[in-house]
Amino acid sequence: MAIKAGLKILKNSSWLGWQMESNWTDPFLFAIYSLVKPIAATLLIVVMYIVVTMGQVQGTFFSHMYIGNAFYMYVAQVLFGVSWVVHEDREHYRTLKYVYISPANIYIYLLGRGMTKIFLTTVSVIITIVFGVFVLNIPINVMTIDYPLLFISFILGILCIVGLGIALGGISLLTAKHGGRINEGVAGIFYLFCGVIFPISVLPNWCRSFSLYLPITYWLEAIRRAIFGITIDQATNFIPTSSVISILTVSTILFFILALNIFKIGDYFARKKGLIDMTTAY
Amino acid sequence: MMFEDFKRPSYFMMNIRAVFGRAYPRVIGGTRELSWVFFDTILPLLGVAAYVYIYKALNADPAFIGFVILGGATTAFWLNMLWFMAAQFYWEKEIGNLELYMIAPISRMAILLGMAIGGMFFTSVRALSTLALGIIIFGVTFTLSSPLHVIAIFFLTMVALYGMGMLFASLYMLYGREAWHMSSLLQEPVYLLSGMYFPVKALGYWVAVGASLIPITLGLDAMRQLLWPKAASWGFLSPNVETIALAFLSIILLIAARYSLRYMENLGKREGRLTLKWQ
Repeated sequence: MAIKAGLKILKNSSWLGWQMESNWTDPFLFAIYSLVKPIAATLLIVVMYIVVTMGQVQGTFFSHMYIGNAFYMYVAQVLFGVSWVVHEDREHYRTLKYVYISPANIYIYLLGRGMTKIFLTTVSVIITIVFGVFVLNIPINVMTIDYPLLFISFILGILCIVGLGIALGGISLLTAKHGGRINEGVAGIFYLFCGVIFPISVLPNWCRSFSLYLPITYWLEAIRRAIFGITIDQATNFIPTSSVISILTVSTILFFILALNIFKIGDYFARKKGLIDMTTAY
Repeated sequence: MMFEDFKRPSYFMMNIRAVFGRAYPRVIGGTRELSWVFFDTILPLLGVAAYVYIYKALNADPAFIGFVILGGATTAFWLNMLWFMAAQFYWEKEIGNLELYMIAPISRMAILLGMAIGGMFFTSVRALSTLALGIIIFGVTFTLSSPLHVIAIFFLTMVALYGMGMLFASLYMLYGREAWHMSSLLQEPVYLLSGMYFPVKALGYWVAVGASLIPITLGLDAMRQLLWPKAASWGFLSPNVETIALAFLSIILLIAARYSLRYMENLGKREGRLTLKWQ
């Protein structure tokens, strides 16, 4: 019974998220919008690379950077999407208080809203990879991809990102509208420390040690190993793939538990201070 | 004293008060919740640092690291213009303030200027901290041979940028949720086109010409040439030409914003869209 009710909340909040994301314009414009953003974000990195290498877009470094950047979209979009729901529902639509007094479980509600982001980001990632393969000759062979590894690591990574989004949502319950920038900042932490666009071996020693505590580092490492079969990062290439998956699994579970507790604490203080219906129109 | 006895301030004074009145909540709001100091100083540097490390990994010319730091600092102004000025009229409409602005006997531009000045408080802290931390952490060195020219370019870039913000605000005034998505859309593509993290010349002449409509493109390019003269070969146009272009752009954008605000307000009144919420 509880599972059925939970699934219903998940379905309805996903549907709500989808409507909010997509029905502001006609489908054609929405498709253009969905295409332009990821491709521009990718080209930004590509041009930086081209400027230094004088037009070269070949090589393992470039391929790894490209794939890292493509999958990082999940971190930026899903993490931001889940936590921004708090600001959006609280201050813009002013419906957060109604969600709170409804029988809907707030965690499942946030998860449902995040599902829309996962779907839309998946479309963006696919577009980016197809663009990379056909325009930039990224050497991806669909026959040699390790699909089980890709699937397992993908699911674990997404769970971890959603967990982080929920944690940020808990913090957002206590911050003003401009606190929304926390998402950008936290996404920046992963962008810098998880070897998204460069090998973490480039980082100073203390940063590298920190990187090895972050699950996203192992997530991207596993994704790259699944797609290319090899890794170029000297900081992680000695770790067996089975260990990468084990570390990712354990860290995802730990992060998820931590995230739920952070949300619980944020929720407790938000109720105590009367912030559930706060509006901050600076 | 009766109400009639109060001397009505001049139109100019009313607008000056409106500027201060709109800037005030932003500055005061910032002191009431200080979490932004951390979010806006340390955290944005992380994203910028990631771009620095790409160049480090590729053994690029050290000037490129300076380019990234300067670009990262400028991003703060672009985001401020986009979210806290252009999209703000949409937000004000949603929370019910826009109609109050409309019935007040003041220029809409005064309100927007107040937003810009108030927003500058946050943004300057973010931009300066990005610059300072970037310079300290990554050891960026630059040559400040013509400081007045750099200041003039920065000032003109800001005038043109916030002029563009006022122009966008007029469009956003009638928008529903598309305002949010429009601002979102104007992030990465603009970072790409304006050469936020690389010299815009790399995009080719005609793309750079088109991108020059975004004031940050010319401003960044000119400042980079002046601060890193050894990498001036990466410059798109000469700093003098870019300064003149920015001056023209400032005037054109401010005039366009004035007419557009008036036109969009009238259109909004005719179509009854100024008070529409939650579309």
